[in-house]
Amino acid sequence: MPRDTGRAILIEGVEKSFGKTSVLKDVSLALREGEFLSLVGPSGCGKTTLLRIIAGLESADAGRVRIGGIDVTGLRAADRDIAMVFQNYALYPHLTVSQNLAVPLVMRRLSALERVPLLRHLIPGHKGRCAAIDAEVRGAAEMLRLGHLLARRPAELSGGQRQRVALGRALVRHPSAFLMDEPLSNLDAELRAGTRREIVELHRRAGVTTIYVTHDQVEAMTMSDRVAVIMEGELLQLGTPREVYENPVDLRVAGFLGSPRINILPAVATPEGIRLGGSLLPMRAPLPAGARLSVGLRPEALHLARDGLAAVVEHQEFLGAEVLIHARLDAVEARVTAKLGIAAAEPLRLGDAIHLRADWRDVLLFGEHGQRILAIPAETSLDA
Amino acid sequence: MRDAAVIRVPTRASRAIGEAAAAWVLCAPAAISLFLLLLGPTAALLLLSFTDWELGAPDLAWIGLGNYEELTTDPVFRIALRNTISYVGVVMPLSIGLGLAVALLIEGGVRLRATFRAIYFLPVVSLLVAMATAWQYLLHPTIGPVNRLLAMVGVAPINWLGSSDWVMTSLCMIGVWENLGFVVVLFMAGLTAIPKELYAAAELDGARSALDRFRLVTWPLLGPTTLFVVTITAIRCLRVFDTVQALTRGGPNNASQVLLYAMYQEGFSYFRIGYSAAITVVFLAIVLLLMLIQTRILDRRVHYA
Repeated sequence: MPRDTGRAILIEGVEKSFGKTSVLKDVSLALREGEFLSLVGPSGCGKTTLLRIIAGLESADAGRVRIGGIDVTGLRAADRDIAMVFQNYALYPHLTVSQNLAVPLVMRRLSALERVPLLRHLIPGHKGRCAAIDAEVRGAAEMLRLGHLLARRPAELSGGQRQRVALGRALVRHPSAFLMDEPLSNLDAELRAGTRREIVELHRRAGVTTIYVTHDQVEAMTMSDRVAVIMEGELLQLGTPREVYENPVDLRVAGFLGSPRINILPAVATPEGIRLGGSLLPMRAPLPAGARLSVGLRPEALHLARDGLAAVVEHQEFLGAEVLIHARLDAVEARVTAKLGIAAAEPLRLGDAIHLRADWRDVLLFGEHGQRILAIPAETSLDA
Repeated sequence: MRDAAVIRVPTRASRAIGEAAAAWVLCAPAAISLFLLLLGPTAALLLLSFTDWELGAPDLAWIGLGNYEELTTDPVFRIALRNTISYVGVVMPLSIGLGLAVALLIEGGVRLRATFRAIYFLPVVSLLVAMATAWQYLLHPTIGPVNRLLAMVGVAPINWLGSSDWVMTSLCMIGVWENLGFVVVLFMAGLTAIPKELYAAAELDGARSALDRFRLVTWPLLGPTTLFVVTITAIRCLRVFDTVQALTRGGPNNASQVLLYAMYQEGFSYFRIGYSAAITVVFLAIVLLLMLIQTRILDRRVHYA
């Protein structure tokens, strides 16, 4: 298959409301050529609406969409040269696999007259065009391991096979962008992991700019070049999976990405440092004394120590290579999850009193409204 | 059921017999009523059609295929059969074609869907005999509004229900009016069941015109609905009777004879029950043939799952 040159996609100030409910608030986003970008967020956050606006299936109240430098805002979906994979695949149930794959080619290459049964045979060049379409359908089918299923109808296929047909229908005509709307959500867990890799490999081979909508943060993190986190209609952060994980700009982003979930603990800023329950974190934040803030600690950032946050082991989950320790922090009336190595967790029993610590570089601070606050270690005093 | 019992306790065949007996007892009420209410009368009808029984006659004689032989030479029956078939041939395609168009228009619009649906459904729920009176007025040769409207564009008055040239046309028009709403409501239900994402997929696949989307999505996915509509409309058309009874009584000069009206006349005006039964058997045979075509041939082509 020839490698296509994917197009850059530019989204500028897109807004959308349904009635009085605002679903997208001034969203701007730029995709590089050939990039794989995930729109991730909880259900109802507006990510599917944004995808449908890019596709041209929904019109934005304000803002513009550009694909490959061309303003497509006023163009209808059929003229935008993009392909979409739907959550429920949207295959034509009356057509066979090969007919389903051929639809985008037939619709674009054959004239309306040529698509009329019987009459089509009278039009010059028809046979050649049909043979070309047939060859391309076979090529796409081979690539997706659908070759032996070409004569079947969608109802006779498994979920994974249907999913591959939907992918094939999208890539058979080499569009300038792929839009995928939760394409894996109807598959079982095992198949999902395999298909995840397959889609990424397909993207690498075809090089088409891809926007992938998902509510599953694992999909977003594992598949994408960059991740756009959307919540309540706002684009909160855009960055590589590592950036948004290690350096979330908002408490909601930190809470959404990462499994098990990040520990969020209440704390107070003091002149000496950040007071978390009974202990003092050796770090400072540019905040007035007494300001409330949230401390975010990833489970893997916590380790056992001789002193630090005092906690009581409440529950353990053995994961094989690691153990999750769920512990109660009495000082702040909260629970924390720590991901520990097997050796460290081995001697722990339910009810044991432990102390947890984290490197200051791993501590994420968030202000009262969830905004990220950059902290500095206590040694380099703010006043100095 | 019996197999399962045999597998569980293979040595005790009596258990299996008991279970079979219970099964017979349990399905007896349904089986008996099915026989008494449907199969029995049909069998009686079939038997009667081989006799010369007349209502009130003290005895009857077995005349074999006599009634059927008479049917082949009876001019009234021949007209009735021809009229019925042409009635089905005109009313069914017209009401289905118009019904689909109206359903697509209503479904394509945004407002007043329920209102339009109710309006089109009115003829179905209203009493046809009562509505026939309204039609009688509308189509009246001298005072009827239809002729008056036509007169405005210079058309000479037409005796819609009284002339043998026009009477079947008039009945067909009333038939379309009567069936249209029914067809519209069924198609609207079928249209709402088509997944909206298929239209989105068709649009992205390059189906630009409404005709393309209709051919790629709407028509194939309406398949099961269309098959049902065709069958039910064909049977409704075959059964045409009440408009004939209320408006023309088969006249003038048998020009509007139809199968069920001929059957009714023979059976209840002339009391020739045996002959009337033979007409009914012909009617049933046509209905059965239609059902057979539906289940055996078309059903396979419209269900994709």
